Amino acid sequence: MPAAAPFSWIRPEPWGIHVVPADCWVDPSRAVDHALVTHGHADHARGGHGRTVATPETLAIMELRYRTGAENDAGQIPHKAVPVEYGETIRLPGGVDATYIPAGHVLGSAQILLEHAGERVVVTGDYKRRADPTCAPFEVAPCDIFITEATFGLPVFCHPPIEEEMAKLLERLAAHPDRCVLVGAYALGKAQRVIAELRAAGHRQPIYLHGAMEKMCRLYEQHGIDLGELRLVSDHAKEEMRGHVVISPPGALNDRWSRRLPEPVTAMASGWMRVRQRARQRNVELPLVISDHADWGELTRTIEEVDAQENWITHGREDALLRWCQLHQRRARALALVGYEDEDD
Amino acid sequence: MEEFAALIDALVYTRSRNEKLRLIAEYLRATPDPDRGWALAALADGLDFPAVKSSTIRNLLKDRIDPVLWTLSRDFVGDTAETASLLWPAPDKAPSPPSVSEAVELLGGMNRKSVLSELPLLLDRLDPSGRYALLKLATGGMRIGVSSRLAKTAFAQAFDVSVEEVEEYWHGLDAPYDQLFGWAARGEPAPDIDNLPTFRPFMLAHPLEETVVDLADYAAEWKWDGIRVQLVRAGNQTRVYSRSGDDISATFPELLDVLPFPAVLDGELLVRGDVQGGAEGGAASFNALQQRLGRKTVSKKMLQQFPAFVRLYDSLLVEGEDLRALAWSERRARLEALMHRLPDSHFDISRVVEARDFDHLAQIREGSRDDAIEGLMLKRKDSPYIAGRRVGYWYKWKRDPLLIDCVLMYAQRGSGKRSSFFSDYTFGCWDGDPDAGAELLPVGKAYSGFTDEELKKIDRHVRQNTINRFGPVRETEKTLVFEVAFDSVHQSKRHKSGLAMRFPRIHRIRWDKPAHEADRIAALKALIRD
Repeated sequence: MPAAAPFSWIRPEPWGIHVVPADCWVDPSRAVDHALVTHGHADHARGGHGRTVATPETLAIMELRYRTGAENDAGQIPHKAVPVEYGETIRLPGGVDATYIPAGHVLGSAQILLEHAGERVVVTGDYKRRADPTCAPFEVAPCDIFITEATFGLPVFCHPPIEEEMAKLLERLAAHPDRCVLVGAYALGKAQRVIAELRAAGHRQPIYLHGAMEKMCRLYEQHGIDLGELRLVSDHAKEEMRGHVVISPPGALNDRWSRRLPEPVTAMASGWMRVRQRARQRNVELPLVISDHADWGELTRTIEEVDAQENWITHGREDALLRWCQLHQRRARALALVGYEDEDD
Repeated sequence: MEEFAALIDALVYTRSRNEKLRLIAEYLRATPDPDRGWALAALADGLDFPAVKSSTIRNLLKDRIDPVLWTLSRDFVGDTAETASLLWPAPDKAPSPPSVSEAVELLGGMNRKSVLSELPLLLDRLDPSGRYALLKLATGGMRIGVSSRLAKTAFAQAFDVSVEEVEEYWHGLDAPYDQLFGWAARGEPAPDIDNLPTFRPFMLAHPLEETVVDLADYAAEWKWDGIRVQLVRAGNQTRVYSRSGDDISATFPELLDVLPFPAVLDGELLVRGDVQGGAEGGAASFNALQQRLGRKTVSKKMLQQFPAFVRLYDSLLVEGEDLRALAWSERRARLEALMHRLPDSHFDISRVVEARDFDHLAQIREGSRDDAIEGLMLKRKDSPYIAGRRVGYWYKWKRDPLLIDCVLMYAQRGSGKRSSFFSDYTFGCWDGDPDAGAELLPVGKAYSGFTDEELKKIDRHVRQNTINRFGPVRETEKTLVFEVAFDSVHQSKRHKSGLAMRFPRIHRIRWDKPAHEADRIAALKALIRD
């Protein structure tokens, strides 16, 4: 057999990244026989694969979501779950090694380092570089091809220190003792991070949860993350929630559900809140610029630190990051992957 | 500037009208003169600094950041001032924000050349919110969900005066409205505007929709397809104002010495021709009027080729007498009695449309398309002339729009509320039989007519069906059919198809309809009336 062209064993396809010799896929957007999953968000961790390789935390998240059916009707429990710890390497068919490395995005999130024939490829999934009390921090993994996300790949995105955003939230809470502050936050990751950061900022009061948040918070607690006293909105009277923080999925912010709350100040925790009109589009009164993705500075710094021969840019604002690579004499290409959603982060 | 920036941010994120009023009123009470006057002017009118334009900001930024990254950022954010405020390199030293008045003075002192060195110094004194507020203030339109009327209402609320009175004085005064604050906040006498040719806010109409009115109580007039104007003569000067209160006198010099007595008149500005109204003093189509719009100076040839005149609807003030409290029928009688004192060359009166009953009127409206007029106005005979829209007094009853099925070809991101969504669409019709290899030619652009939910769906469609990118413009697969509503269609050189629609908007999104079943150019051409 003639020697294969460099990196011909890894192929980007519209529905995922195909690891050819192993015939497995990274974060495929449709059901496949063999999947490597970076983290538990529904657009990366679809249900219904034959065999799913992921960190134990990610597998626990997937099982929770697909067993309860709460997140995705089409989802099913993985037929066979293969746990891999951070730093652990598993051998895939066809002589491919896969190592799971912390990505700092949410609990259990990993970059996947793929090695074959002396060539190293890293798929980041989603990642961030900021400290997050709810997950292991991102590690730089040297490689030949760096496949990076680009959700906030525009120079306007610069996430402020989370302490500033927490201070804004607590200040507003104190200014309206007769109201509550309702924070829209993605149910997996963002919600728990906001709660943990509130605790770190010294907020000891009970925090009220939308029902859809409860199980995921409990799962975080089982993994040793202390979230303090949590209460369900449905168990309490309107009066009791005055002067308190309530957390719901972004979709519930302007929903009928929020009518049971005492005159909520509508807040949203998302990197998109950096843009005023984005906040206005969602009727947000208190924008909190909090993201679990790398901002522009982190994306470009990471590309420099990883210093790969080539950068492949997956979902998000790929045009600008491509341009940046071009301006900095770094080889890059954009991959046209489908099915990743970034609107709620 | 910090307080003003905080006000702007708070307004951006506030939904409730009452809360906005409260925020502005609180600011106006707490802020010293003349800062509050400039701030009020910025909110209500938008200030104009000739040296600072969007293009100035763009050029400043392109010296500091890669132009491609600037364009991609601006395109995503949807607002030049906001993009610049976010991308401006953070200065080394601590902010030392100027007061609003100081900022206004500095901006006003800049010229096209000095702005390139002076505006950066000013931006370096501010944090991102301050930069946003400054750039918004410097470039005019704030676009933060505060209308001119809301700002004036907040002023009235802050000092417990009536908003009608504020409106009355407003157009006779200039920023920073020192006399207005003197009167409302400092107990000084009211401004004297009797001898100034100031604009009086228009009375506006609601769409009729499902309402049926009794013609015993309502009179009908044609809704002419020109531009609504107010002609004001006072203190020996005549001014022409557009619907929004802009002074457009320079564009229509032939109207400035034909009103022989002090008056405020409401009418439709039209250009002579034979399309509208035919025998009863014809006007040309809106297309002809468009040749005259937006010009700062007018050539003799233009004046001859497209002579303007005013078809009068109403009289507000005549020779010092305020008629606005009178019933419409009374004002109408006064207007009719005035006509012999006005030259035929530049004035006529919009005739009352007679009908036996409402059904008969509906028939007359049906037939109105041939006359290239917009539809009918229904005015309650006892209605006083009141600024703004009041339910039950005046209705506009536009003729039904024309409809055609077009195919989405290109999309661009919107601005303001639609920032970052692909919300501006160019669509086309087939230049022959699509099954025999015909092509789509662009026929128009539309930005409206869909709900927020539909916008999200179309936005997704655009993202997932992009086949080409030309800067900010995406070319899409030619698969999505829009039913487009429009008022009329004209010959035009702007589009390759040679056609231009008036007021095109998305009427329905035909997710179900195959693109090859969309309409052909010939079908659209058949609807041309001029």
